[in-house]
Amino acid sequence: MSHKIERLIKMANDISNFFNTETDKELAAEGVKKHLLRAWEPRMRHEIIAYYQQDGSGLSPLAKEAVKMLAAD
Amino acid sequence: MSINKQQDFGTPASDAQQTVTLEIDGFKVTAPVGTSIMRAAASIGIDIPKLCATDSIEPFGSCRLCVVQIEGGRGMPASCTTPVAEGLKISTQNQKLADVRRGVMELYISDHPLDCLTCSANGDCELQDMAGAVGLREVRYNPAGENHLGAVKDESNPYFSFDPSKCIVCSRCVRACEETQGTFALTIDGRGFDSKVSPSENQAFMDSECVSCGACVQACPTATLMEKSVIDHGQPEHAIVTTCAYCGVGCSFRAEMKGEQVIRMVPNKDGQANHGHSCVKGRFAFGYTTHKDRVTKPMIRASISDPWKEVSWEEAINHAASELKRIQQKYGKDSIGGITSSRCTNEEVYLMQKLIRAGFGNNNVDTCARVCHSPTGYGLKQTFGESSGTQDFDSVMEADVIMVIGANPTDGHPVFASLMKKRLRQAAKLIVADPRQIDLVRTPHIQADYHLKLRPSTNVALINALAYVIVTENLVDEDFVNARCDMESFSKWRTFIAQEQNSPEAAESITGVPAADVRAAARLYATAKNAAIYYGLGVTEHSQGSTTVIGIANLAMATGNLGRKGVGVNPLRGQNNVQGSCDMGSFPHEYPGYRHVANDDTRHLFEATWHTDLSPEPGLRIPNMFEAALDKTFMGLYVQGEDIAQSDPDTQHVHAALRSMECVIVQDLFLNETAKFAHVFFPGSSFLEKNGTFTNAERRISPVRKVMTPLAKYQDWEVTQMLANAMGYPMNYSHPSEIMAELASLTPTFAGVSYEKIDRLGSIQWPCNDEAPEGTPIMHKGEFMRDDGKGLFMLTGYVPTAEKVTPKFPLILTTGRILSQYNVGAQTRRTQNNVWHAEDILEIHPHDAEDRGINNQDWVGIKSRAGETVLRALVSERMQPGIVYTTFHFPESGANVITTDNSDWATNCPEYKVTAVQVTKVNQPSEWQKNYRAFSEDQLELLAQGRDGEEKETA
Repeated sequence: MSHKIERLIKMANDISNFFNTETDKELAAEGVKKHLLRAWEPRMRHEIIAYYQQDGSGLSPLAKEAVKMLAAD
Repeated sequence: MSINKQQDFGTPASDAQQTVTLEIDGFKVTAPVGTSIMRAAASIGIDIPKLCATDSIEPFGSCRLCVVQIEGGRGMPASCTTPVAEGLKISTQNQKLADVRRGVMELYISDHPLDCLTCSANGDCELQDMAGAVGLREVRYNPAGENHLGAVKDESNPYFSFDPSKCIVCSRCVRACEETQGTFALTIDGRGFDSKVSPSENQAFMDSECVSCGACVQACPTATLMEKSVIDHGQPEHAIVTTCAYCGVGCSFRAEMKGEQVIRMVPNKDGQANHGHSCVKGRFAFGYTTHKDRVTKPMIRASISDPWKEVSWEEAINHAASELKRIQQKYGKDSIGGITSSRCTNEEVYLMQKLIRAGFGNNNVDTCARVCHSPTGYGLKQTFGESSGTQDFDSVMEADVIMVIGANPTDGHPVFASLMKKRLRQAAKLIVADPRQIDLVRTPHIQADYHLKLRPSTNVALINALAYVIVTENLVDEDFVNARCDMESFSKWRTFIAQEQNSPEAAESITGVPAADVRAAARLYATAKNAAIYYGLGVTEHSQGSTTVIGIANLAMATGNLGRKGVGVNPLRGQNNVQGSCDMGSFPHEYPGYRHVANDDTRHLFEATWHTDLSPEPGLRIPNMFEAALDKTFMGLYVQGEDIAQSDPDTQHVHAALRSMECVIVQDLFLNETAKFAHVFFPGSSFLEKNGTFTNAERRISPVRKVMTPLAKYQDWEVTQMLANAMGYPMNYSHPSEIMAELASLTPTFAGVSYEKIDRLGSIQWPCNDEAPEGTPIMHKGEFMRDDGKGLFMLTGYVPTAEKVTPKFPLILTTGRILSQYNVGAQTRRTQNNVWHAEDILEIHPHDAEDRGINNQDWVGIKSRAGETVLRALVSERMQPGIVYTTFHFPESGANVITTDNSDWATNCPEYKVTAVQVTKVNQPSEWQKNYRAFSEDQLELLAQGRDGEEKETA
């Protein structure tokens, strides 16, 4: 795995850790997705979506859910 | 232009509302209760002779020169210590008073050298002025009698001289050190004839506690304490008001000039941020602006192993533009970008982001706030609706409880620290949350009520524990929350925070702070009439930096400490224009005024004004630029005023990214570390060489004024404009005021800002618009700035950092700043400030030092999972066991070789404050240091070769 995708996975998981305090997980995933849309450059979003679609095992459950929503948009 | 000295009213102004009317020398005068007779007289143009009084310090009544007579009153009271009263009739001049004053002056002059013609204060000496004012014509005392004329000079301070033979023991210096600066380094030693000014216990200034702020020099009425620059060059002949280019306090200065040479920087009494005070950097450390290391000609080269070639501006600009266009053609539109700096003016930053968004056609613009206060921007925008602190600095004077979290104001924001210390000496209680014993914890006449000595990386657990006490002990300001906040979010937050895991008792095992102290501190904060939080990079530079900022905002909202004087959430911004560079749209996802690029209305507004289509997608942040560079998708970078090769974390990663780009353009005063990896160098202009504005930590927009011709011909904004034009995106500004006008037309919070208004008011705190035509010192008074006007509570779960101590890396390294040096040191390292701090050192607790056989001054290797460097050790109990500390002011130190790529979840602000390391005794520099030294020497040689080549061609 490249350093770059590892870093994106970590970033996505870090964001998810913040939103994970929210008990309503749907709301939490929406928060993560919005954050990715708001702050990530398109190349980064495409790469994390591609990673999720090919493997995704490094993503936390909440991050996975958020990237799934991002991919569906 | 003239020197136009600022009037000295003799004593400070009274802020009483009630006034009285009296008569002075037959003229009626109305003054606030508490005003001295001296000041009331000065206000109508009657100057009562004085020596020991000056309006920056409280009156003292010692020199007896300012005596007056009051009709019906007895004796001759000192006008400086006698307050006005209704109906008084005062005489300031009559024969009796003249006789007394002449007698006083005769005594002073009997023990004073009569070398006025060759004295450095000639032309600016109050003693000389007073001799003239009282008509002194003779000194009857025997000059051969006992005197102090042989007293020895103290030249130990690099910037000022202390000549006790000229001292009149008026104590102005002693009082300035106490009242203005709050350091208490000076005293009067001895009694009667033996009285003398003594730094510490009769030590040289440099050996005393003196912090070289210069308040004593400014207060001295004679040549006793004098700037060496005035001794060398004589008195200045004109003065221009401008703004300091160092920290986020943004002090106003009078640049006192002789032609185009700065003789001295004198803090402006009318300065609304600093009220006539300054620190060692702002007042004295301006020599870098004319340092021999300044690069003043544009340069280009094909590869970083080639010598630099000096070229014309036209050639450099055209080359840079063609390279950027070539890269875009080869790698795509998004393959280039730029980095703005908090060391640049608002107008320069605005132009940079405009060039990138409109000229480059992408949003790949970022700024150094990425590595300092980006979490402040995020956290306060989310909760309060605006990315800024809530108060003005003066607000601290009404705070009853001051909580300082992860900030070291006496080093980082010294002039504001002096104001804060003044309030702490008066009345306010103090809570400090910091792993280190910063100076504020215990300093003359100040002792923190609580020092919450938490472990690095546990801020969120501590803030949650404080909130737990407030919620569970019913200390919430329900009225405020009901009226001002989003109740759904509050109710959710209250439930979350009241969970047992957030209790001080549960948090103790995480933070290391005794639960009882947390409970007591929370009660103190929550029950104060006015409680204010001040915080710094110890909050933001963490993996949970944004969460802590949000947690702080939650605390302030829950206790109703917002929307009036004396309260608030106050980020102490690191550099002079951090607030401004963020305001100007430096972030890749936000236009000026913090509006997202995906917002169609905002984007269309900018598109209409900038006459081009703009990208609705966020661009790359600095660390993402590095990743993309290594990935060969980001190949061109324009860096203005930043030194990412030194300041950004994980140096080796940054250097690798810079090496992989095809065109790096650096615009700077010096060939900084980043420029050593550059292909184009645009020589920059210092703050003394350009017009513009800086915005300080209290949102105060202050003028930067050109006092000398740019050494490299152009002001920085002009260079950006030339590059834009060469890129094919036209810009035609003739003055920075036009740039500000454009910004104001596009940004609601700046709508009322103009250069004309800044000139008239001195400075303006944004928001400034129709609702607040003269600006906004205190924000969120009636409602918050979120769309619905309500403050938003957010959940702040504690997430331990991934950076864990292990047997291999058992210590935590935290990094910070020191008073005498500034950021990457490019400016201060090129001044005499190096006498205070000539290298970065590693502070280590005696226990950790002993375990490793380390003594003071030993070379120690500091190794993390990112890299290794070597520094000298200082064994210090300021640190807790298990924690080591260093600064990052010197490139060869490689402090950031050790820091990692861990970062804040929301903004990617690096986790500078937490790096797991091992420290061992060593006897030589690290491999990185050896390699980098060789690289750096090569680069300086390539610079020299370029210059030699130019000289040969010219010859």
